[in-house]
Amino acid sequence: MNLEISKKTGLSLGLVGMLILTAAFFNLLNGSALLYISLCMILAGIVVYSFGEYSGELSGIKNNEVWFKSVSSKGIVAWILGFVLTAFYVVIYWFPEYLGLNKEGNTGLVAFFDPLSFALNGHGASQWFVYGTLYTVAILGFGVKFIPKYRHNTYQIVRTCSVMFFQLAFAFLLPEFLAKLNPKLDYFAKDLKNMWPLNYYFFEDWHLKAMLGGGNLGMFMLFFGIGMIFLISPILTYFFGKRWYCSWVCGCGGLAETAGDSFRQLSDKSVKAWKIERWLIHSVLLFVFITTVAVIYSFLINEKATLNPKLFLVGVILFLGVFCLYIFKIGYKKLALDARKGIYWASGIISAFLIINMAIGNSNVFFIDSYSLRSWYGFFIGAAFSGVVGVGFYPILGSRVWCRFGCPMAAILGFQQKLLSRFRITTNGSQCISCGNCSTYCEMGIDVRAYAQKGEDIVRSSCVGCGVCSAVCPRGVLKLENGRVEI
Amino acid sequence: MSKKVVIIGNGVAGITTAIELRKLTDFEISVISEESEFFFSRTALMYVFMGHMKFEHTQPYEKSFWEKNKISLINGRVNEVLPDINSISLENGKKLSYDYLVIATGSKPNKYNWPGQGLEGVSGLYHKQDLEYLEKYSSKIKKAVVVGGGLIGVELAEMLNSRGIEVTFLVRENSFWSMVLSENEGRMLEKHILEHGINLKLNSELKEIKGKYSVESVITSSGETIECQFVGLTVGVSPNVGFLQNSNIKINKGILVNEYLQTNVPNIFAIGDCAEIQQPQLGRRPIEAVWYTGKIMGQTLAKTLAGEKTAYNPGNWFNSAKFFDIEYQTYGLAPAKLNEYQDEFYWEKENKAVRIVFNKENRVFEGINTFGIRMRQDFFEKVLNRNENVGFVIENLGKANFDPEFFKKYEKEIKSNFNLQNA
Repeated sequence: MNLEISKKTGLSLGLVGMLILTAAFFNLLNGSALLYISLCMILAGIVVYSFGEYSGELSGIKNNEVWFKSVSSKGIVAWILGFVLTAFYVVIYWFPEYLGLNKEGNTGLVAFFDPLSFALNGHGASQWFVYGTLYTVAILGFGVKFIPKYRHNTYQIVRTCSVMFFQLAFAFLLPEFLAKLNPKLDYFAKDLKNMWPLNYYFFEDWHLKAMLGGGNLGMFMLFFGIGMIFLISPILTYFFGKRWYCSWVCGCGGLAETAGDSFRQLSDKSVKAWKIERWLIHSVLLFVFITTVAVIYSFLINEKATLNPKLFLVGVILFLGVFCLYIFKIGYKKLALDARKGIYWASGIISAFLIINMAIGNSNVFFIDSYSLRSWYGFFIGAAFSGVVGVGFYPILGSRVWCRFGCPMAAILGFQQKLLSRFRITTNGSQCISCGNCSTYCEMGIDVRAYAQKGEDIVRSSCVGCGVCSAVCPRGVLKLENGRVEI
Repeated sequence: MSKKVVIIGNGVAGITTAIELRKLTDFEISVISEESEFFFSRTALMYVFMGHMKFEHTQPYEKSFWEKNKISLINGRVNEVLPDINSISLENGKKLSYDYLVIATGSKPNKYNWPGQGLEGVSGLYHKQDLEYLEKYSSKIKKAVVVGGGLIGVELAEMLNSRGIEVTFLVRENSFWSMVLSENEGRMLEKHILEHGINLKLNSELKEIKGKYSVESVITSSGETIECQFVGLTVGVSPNVGFLQNSNIKINKGILVNEYLQTNVPNIFAIGDCAEIQQPQLGRRPIEAVWYTGKIMGQTLAKTLAGEKTAYNPGNWFNSAKFFDIEYQTYGLAPAKLNEYQDEFYWEKENKAVRIVFNKENRVFEGINTFGIRMRQDFFEKVLNRNENVGFVIENLGKANFDPEFFKKYEKEIKSNFNLQNA
């Protein structure tokens, strides 16, 4: 009975915290104390609720009634929540003035966050600061809720602490402090872990210029960013699979694993969804690749850079050539025929464009203005897909829609995972009883059972290594492993 | 030449036969089931009731799979088998002819003619229909009694408990699942079951179920009356073979089959829970109603039907279960009561336990029960096939560990305990 009270208290705390934010949105409330109180109430609310939810029960899997509760089974509560989240994203991306963003002086919700923004980075808040703060609060709060839920599973605890740490320190605090210490510099991304192509504007001209003009910090970010893409991430993916990023470090993954945990079972496991996934995510990768090549090429021409633009194009063609050769000679066994064909065709067409371009000396490398390309990408993928659909539709489509269908970073790491990595999920002999818990709770929509019941290891490019399949398995069949264990 | 194969029953044994046979041949394959349209995992029914999954999640294959693989699924009940004319008749009057007939009709829950067992609110837990009945009836249940201390009993107790129903769990024996587990293992699980709020009563049998139309109470062997609105009968299962009574297929408890899973009628085979092996391998029972053996029988029979005559070889015994939050795996033979020539080593800590049985004289490893620590089947397959020494197993227990990363390891402690006992 006390636990019920604890749950209700938690819920009330959280709702009052949200209510204060809502009041601020309508310009009804103001003051730094209220801001901190509301954020603390939201955090405390989640923690108190989670205590009521889990402390009275013995440690173990806590999935009772998941498919009976409205919020976690696409009921009316889920639809309302989805609508509110979606609306919030639409406003953040396209109508920030409704939140109170104003050049002459913020009002509303944005102004409400000004005190925290001044404290951290030395200037007023923007809609992105509001968003970043709430995002971090969500990961911390629901991360703390996740830990008692999985308190019998050390892997889940360690992993959740990791995403909470990277969100708080690397995504939220560090960039703000760095901005405060370097107030004169133009904006460039200071989140060390947010690499291209998840950060799709990394190679855009304004961003490159800001980094190049950003002194030591700017140069460090430039080189670290490039090093992450070509060196650090492939090495870590080789040893640990893409989980080192997707379910341990990444902010999108962090939100999905914490705030999105109640929705992981909603991912579509049908063969049809899998077919859509393969085409869609690799199309986005292709889109970001083309955009980036075009943007860099324009930058090199416009800035009369030391790197010859044609040399850059030759480099891109060589890179594609080596990749295709690798697939043809070594990687072919691990990819289906249509996937290989797709790679050859895409590489061939891109190369053909680049060669024609070099021959006729056009500044728009794909015959489309690179600025249009990148603004389309920013609108359709960066905002609409990753934000509005990716998070707004959590309660309907599951928590990893963006990661599964859209994220080009996940696509690249997926290639590395499938082709090179030591990581796999191993199946324990013939112990599988085909119950389906693993597939149901796979947030990436992988039909884990299809492999487990055949006694096969699971090597899928989309697997983010969250480890929940292994956790929910009632017969101890699945284990995340980095390479084979010799018996 | 394409042959007509009719399989009665779409459980794991029948469906495995169908799928494996499709890989090997272009035979015309039909699977008949009265219970469900598509194959589902029977062991997962409990998770549907608890809200972990929806029923469709228990189905490993989509509708398109059956169409693509040309396995025709027939919804219906078989009335009788007519071996003389190689045909079966369905309840709806239809007849189906076959070249090979596979009987995989599974089990039915045991009922021991208790007074009142026909009342409303008395049910076993085996079929999809049992789950549907329980679901429909559950709103009327405040208190329930589960009879029978085996795997299904503890699952049913967990299911009812998850809906906030007060459960009394009657176990006939002196310790939990004493057919299979040693007393100290049983005690650990009893403690866990009690911690979950189940009213576990050992040494208690059901005597009578009372009620006018529906269950109102039960009376136990000790004369105690327990008020309840539901009685779950989970006192084991028996082969579901009633429909064969008028055929000339030989039946004891189950359908009698030889090592090729063949009945006395040469083109009729029986597999899974309903089959009774006439000469089982050493240490194995004639009827083993478990998921894994059903699957292995299906794989074996598919080869035979495809023309590669293969004897049923279940290999080393293994099994698994979950008792509320405690996972259980077993490899090899670790009997509840040791044989004369055997010795055992037992270790237990915080709801985790390991019991290793070995030969007293030559110290060869014979089997292991593990609770709360996942272990690799591959490891024990090798150990058992090579007749490794118990010392080797203790020494290499770390390699057997299959727990997720960062889990606390107990191998050192187990090893030092073993060395202390066996110094």
